[in-house]
Amino acid sequence: MNLVTRPHARNLVRFAALHPELLVLSADLTASCEADDFRDRFPGRFLSLGMAEQNTVGFAAGLAREGFRPYFHTFAVFLTRRVYDQVAMSVAYPNLPVRLMGFLPGLTTPGGVTHQATDDVALMRALPNLTVVDCGDATDVEGVLDAVHGVDGPVYVRVLRGQVPRLFPAAEPLVLGRSRALAAGTDLVVVSSSVCTEHALRAVRALQRRGVSVGHCHVSTVKPFADRALFQALAGARRGVITVENHGVIGGLGSAVAEWMAGQGLGVRLVRLGVQDTYAQGASLPYLLAKHGMDARAVVAAAETLLGQRLQVPAAELAADVTLPDEGRVEDL
Amino acid sequence: MTSALAAAGGPTAVAAVARRIRARVLKYTLENNGGYLSQACSAAELLATLYLRVLRLGPSIAPAVPLPFPGPPGPWNPLSFTGAGYNGPRAPELDRFFFSPVHYALVLYSALIEVGRLDARGLDLFNQDGSTVELIGAEHSPGHEVTAGSLAQCLSQAGGVALARRLRGEAGRVVVFLSDGELQEGQSWEAFAALAYKRLDNVLVYVDANAQQCDGAMADVGCIEPLAARLAAFGARVVEVDGHDPEALAAPAAWSPDGRPVVVIARTDPCRGLDLLRRRAPRLHYVRFKSADEAAEYRVALAALEADGGGA
Repeated sequence: MNLVTRPHARNLVRFAALHPELLVLSADLTASCEADDFRDRFPGRFLSLGMAEQNTVGFAAGLAREGFRPYFHTFAVFLTRRVYDQVAMSVAYPNLPVRLMGFLPGLTTPGGVTHQATDDVALMRALPNLTVVDCGDATDVEGVLDAVHGVDGPVYVRVLRGQVPRLFPAAEPLVLGRSRALAAGTDLVVVSSSVCTEHALRAVRALQRRGVSVGHCHVSTVKPFADRALFQALAGARRGVITVENHGVIGGLGSAVAEWMAGQGLGVRLVRLGVQDTYAQGASLPYLLAKHGMDARAVVAAAETLLGQRLQVPAAELAADVTLPDEGRVEDL
Repeated sequence: MTSALAAAGGPTAVAAVARRIRARVLKYTLENNGGYLSQACSAAELLATLYLRVLRLGPSIAPAVPLPFPGPPGPWNPLSFTGAGYNGPRAPELDRFFFSPVHYALVLYSALIEVGRLDARGLDLFNQDGSTVELIGAEHSPGHEVTAGSLAQCLSQAGGVALARRLRGEAGRVVVFLSDGELQEGQSWEAFAALAYKRLDNVLVYVDANAQQCDGAMADVGCIEPLAARLAAFGARVVEVDGHDPEALAAPAAWSPDGRPVVVIARTDPCRGLDLLRRRAPRLHYVRFKSADEAAEYRVALAALEADGGGA
């Protein structure tokens, strides 16, 4: 696994060169959302509207009604909680092609509870007309703008920034509405998203070494939630399903899986890993993922619960391949 | 007759249209035993002046009698539409009109009828199930282009349209009708700050400053004064006028742009033309008659308004 530096910054400039109707709207977090290269390259298409997200959502709606394609870049918390009514009524109801580019999804910031978007997927998923995409690695980030380009309606994207691991081959870009099948198996199925996929990969390897038949799907398109390959994998899980998401367990990926399983009458257990109806705090990502039971260790523990047996996986076996820089402690928030 | 009025556009024509707007809104308020009546009293001259003297619009391109609700906009609904067609076609040199306090919808529908943009039969659909002529207007309602019922969102959307028009070099303006109560919302001030910062002098805002809101007199609910000074401090080019004076209302629309958005504070009387309403002050937001006797009094007032209108 290697790390890619600022994949969105480069991809945005590349993509914008092909699409002259694209505008970037910013609310005082331009470099923090990797829109600074775009600003420097296309200053006439960069619109800073100040630290005023409600108004900026409205401006984005007006620009979209006029045929422009506004990409509002700010932190995920400010694109969702802070402007929920504005997104719902100014953008989502009229189905306008506004791109809401949300940074610092989930626990990927030490900025604490004000900066940690742990309910954004739930909020955006509840809005009709919204498409919701959650990037899991550098390849997802590099492909997401093209993947959603054809969506003639609003899209909320959770973007990873800074040093981003590449988990998936660069030649296999994100496809809207399709999960990535990372392992096939029928005892258990793990469904993961965002930075939790990297943890799930390590956990799944450990399970496979112990003879567990485990499927693993990485989900980027949380809404619409309609991927047949994912559904087939879920339907084949004999002992249970584990979801692990960089988000609270209410309303996000785990809920989407639960809703589908219940609708199908699947009689297997489901363990939803994520922030358990609480708030996090300002701390490093590894610390928070461990504390809230969202890391590789937590996935293994959930598998043990579902299988009813101890698998004896030492911590060293679940250690990360690469130590990620402790971002945020050194970067601007 | 309405087209002749529209062509005339003078103060007499504005006064006649305004009187008919009040009469029509009162008529429907009586029929429904409830309605946003004081808003017709405050805004009648303002809307009449906008349509007769300020807005540069083409003729309506929408059905004279509004179509039923086609369902919300969405990827699976090619039939959805907005009510902007009643304000004419889009063209670079024409104005666009954005209406924010959509609980005034009946006042706007009545204005559209009086200026010949909507058939009077359209109001038979008012507040009827399945109709687009809704009690509180949304983007599918006649004369509406955005879904503004969650107040203070309209101005930002209009700002985005104004910015787009600036980017495309269009000469047409963006004219926005606001109420004063929504200036208590923080988003309104974000929007004014942005309009000034982006030097969007193609935006012309009219505020129906009737000093009323749902809970009563604005001064008793949440003060926004001194409004002119606040708006000027935010970078707007502000003028305060008598909101029932067509000349004063129309004059700022002819100003040469100077880099600042223009805000016309129309100081209005929420009981204008219907003195009976004063008994209800300060609770004027939504009028529901308390007794048959009270409704009968308003029927007399309606007859008087209609008789006056007939003589215009």
